Amino acid sequence: MESEYGAENEQSPPAAVGRQPGPVAAIRMRRDADLAAALRKRPRVGEMIIRYVLLFCGLVSIFTTVGIVIVNTTTAIEFFTVDEVSPIDFFTNTVWRPAAYNPDATYNPGLIPIGVLPLLYATLFTSFIALIVAVPLGLGSAIYLAEYAPERVRNTLKPILEILAGIPTVVLGYFALTFMTPLLQAIPGLNVQIFNMAAPGLVMGVMIIPTISSMSEDAISSVPRELREASYGLGATRFESITKVVLPAALSGLVAAFILGLARAVGETMIVALAAGSAPADLLNNFLNPFVAGETMTGHIARITGGDLPYDSIQYRSLFAIGLTLFVSTLALNLISQWVSRRFREAYE
Amino acid sequence: MNTDNTQNTPNPENPEQAEDGAPRVENVNPTGGVALPDLESFRKRLVNRQRRGSIWARFMSLSLVVAIVALLALAYNIVDAAFGYVLTENVIEPTEVVEFVLTDVRNDTTTDPATVDLATLGASELAAVLREYQEPRLRVYIRDFLSVVPDDEFTQAPIRESLAGSSFRGQFADLTINDLDAAEWTLILGNNIPQDRLVGLVRTEVIGERILETWSLTESVTGFAEIDEARVAAVEGQNPNARLEFRSWLNINFLISPMSTNPAIAGIRTALLGTLWVMIITVGFSFPLGVGAALYLQEYADDNWLTRVISTNIRNLAGVPSIIYGLLGLSVFVIALEGITTGRSILSASLTLGLLILPVMIVNSQEALRAVPPSVREGSYGLGATRWQTIWRSVLPAAMPGILTGTILGMSRAIGETAPLLALGASTFLVVDPSGPFSRFTVLPIQIYQWTSRPSDQWRSLASAAIIVLIILLLSLNAAAIYMRQRFRRKLQP
Repeated sequence: MESEYGAENEQSPPAAVGRQPGPVAAIRMRRDADLAAALRKRPRVGEMIIRYVLLFCGLVSIFTTVGIVIVNTTTAIEFFTVDEVSPIDFFTNTVWRPAAYNPDATYNPGLIPIGVLPLLYATLFTSFIALIVAVPLGLGSAIYLAEYAPERVRNTLKPILEILAGIPTVVLGYFALTFMTPLLQAIPGLNVQIFNMAAPGLVMGVMIIPTISSMSEDAISSVPRELREASYGLGATRFESITKVVLPAALSGLVAAFILGLARAVGETMIVALAAGSAPADLLNNFLNPFVAGETMTGHIARITGGDLPYDSIQYRSLFAIGLTLFVSTLALNLISQWVSRRFREAYE
Repeated sequence: MNTDNTQNTPNPENPEQAEDGAPRVENVNPTGGVALPDLESFRKRLVNRQRRGSIWARFMSLSLVVAIVALLALAYNIVDAAFGYVLTENVIEPTEVVEFVLTDVRNDTTTDPATVDLATLGASELAAVLREYQEPRLRVYIRDFLSVVPDDEFTQAPIRESLAGSSFRGQFADLTINDLDAAEWTLILGNNIPQDRLVGLVRTEVIGERILETWSLTESVTGFAEIDEARVAAVEGQNPNARLEFRSWLNINFLISPMSTNPAIAGIRTALLGTLWVMIITVGFSFPLGVGAALYLQEYADDNWLTRVISTNIRNLAGVPSIIYGLLGLSVFVIALEGITTGRSILSASLTLGLLILPVMIVNSQEALRAVPPSVREGSYGLGATRWQTIWRSVLPAAMPGILTGTILGMSRAIGETAPLLALGASTFLVVDPSGPFSRFTVLPIQIYQWTSRPSDQWRSLASAAIIVLIILLLSLNAAAIYMRQRFRRKLQP
């Protein structure tokens, strides 16, 4: 239909001005008017609906965040407003033992011994061990891949890191429990418990190597070649150029990578749930001993929710207080990582 | 970007180059104001500097080697536990059971029992075996497999209620299960339970294969003498029927048997089906949402505050620990929406995982849409198409391979997720196949977690066999993604 109109328009340009339209031309004019009406810009309801449906899809991610915040906050508030719990005690008590509730206790009478510090300590300690492993190894492999490795070597080695990144964490947990722990136990002179913080920490380190490595490699690769060449031109060796020119120039990206790796370690659940044990760390007697059990925040949530705890019990609600702590701290780490990489990025033309 | 040192950049670590550079230093020295070191000490220091550089370079390549070694150790550790010798013993030998069926049920004394496989026996024959060897427990089997009422009401409820949906003789409809006799129980078992489940039941309850001891692959290969000693000790001691066999824990029976309390016959059937169901619904939920959100952000949205909030939010959601999604799913899908999702169901699990992989799906789809050249859109607009017509007929088809690749990658993230499902309350011991979105669920990673957290070696071996299945699933998903990406790339090239 449209092509028909188009063809006629070409034959006779519209509106022979000043002349009386003949009968045929009159019909044409009416048809042109119809066509113009058909093509006129008008609200298209279907298009509008689609637009809002798609907007809704985009908003689902907002709902998710809002949901996470609301769910955790409201239940955490319910938890904190119970008589037997005080927020200050929650963040300062060094004991997590809700089962040992004794209303007549001499220490903090009337309060359930439910302090998040032992869980927080185990989380930070295992993550720290992970970073000790992952920062040098991740950075080292990033430098090697970006600066030293020939194209072919890089193309074969990078997929290996990707495979490592894709391994489900429950498998890594199995690895920590059945390989790393016996390995540590075989070292003479160490008194390593079956469940300990060192093994999951080390395996989490292996887990975040790919994260740190790939982000660091991006940061290193984005340092322009001119900087390296200028450094070579001044007589620096390749290694000196890397440590004194390239790495400082890429520093913001590297720091962002480390922080993101830390966030992943803090939020990791399965490795610690399987290998770090289900007893809260003993802050008083075994502080900073990596070879004893220490349940982390994530491990605790996984173990308790997996059990048969009634949904209205204090301990169940306490999980959401932990969840909120976890959410806020990982979110903060992520935001800091983004901020560092934006704020301190060296802009090169 | 890797500087190609052999061709255009000077190579500072190359000794020949260093000797080239040396005379120049000598030329500069007498005229310059700065006191440069003399040639001798410069060369000496240069050698040291370069040595230090190459040592560090070796350390850096070593860090990759450590990652590779870790990966190899992981593979070794899994394979080591998944294969190896086991010392097993049957309470009653299968040939004895077959012989009973042949002589007492079929009245066939000519066939050699050794030539008939237990798995080929009929359902009624297997029920007869159960009656012969485990008569007191027949009602327990009926309750476990067929009852639709709570366990504590089973013995009081009339059969028409307790066994609703099963077939039984009409005249017994108002009686309770205790009013019937063993012959009737046997009939109900044989008529209602599928043959393969009865085979499993006979294997556990009658034959009762037990694993006495297990050895890893390494031990099996290197220390057979010790293993044989253990067998001899067992045979001469309390287990005269003990047999030594090389067992691949990953086998057909492992794939098709449900969970069991007996590691000798436990399998991942329920978990595999659960994973399948969960994956299908997860993708069905998050694919349209993910693509829709990506379309909005990429094709519709102006650069305003709302768009920026959505994008920032998606970026940050990707970094939220998965256990937090578990808490969200627990409160929203399991508890608040229990009326719709029926609580701890496949649907709740899928919705939770769907939200979890949504950021990945959106980001990948956005990338695929960005790769569609603007000329495609402009051509479509030029022909008078509306925005949605342009998207639906031109942009989406062009971006689809990229979107599908991203979807597969999202799936491979979801398939290995354990923590959120653990928090939702995945079933830890499920023998009934999931039948739809509202069934209770267990998935492969949950099963692996369960088995790993048990102390004995037999469960660890099962866990490693399940890990192999999971990793094969993951690798095939990734291979599919890589294949699609390659095909897509070839198509785009003229």
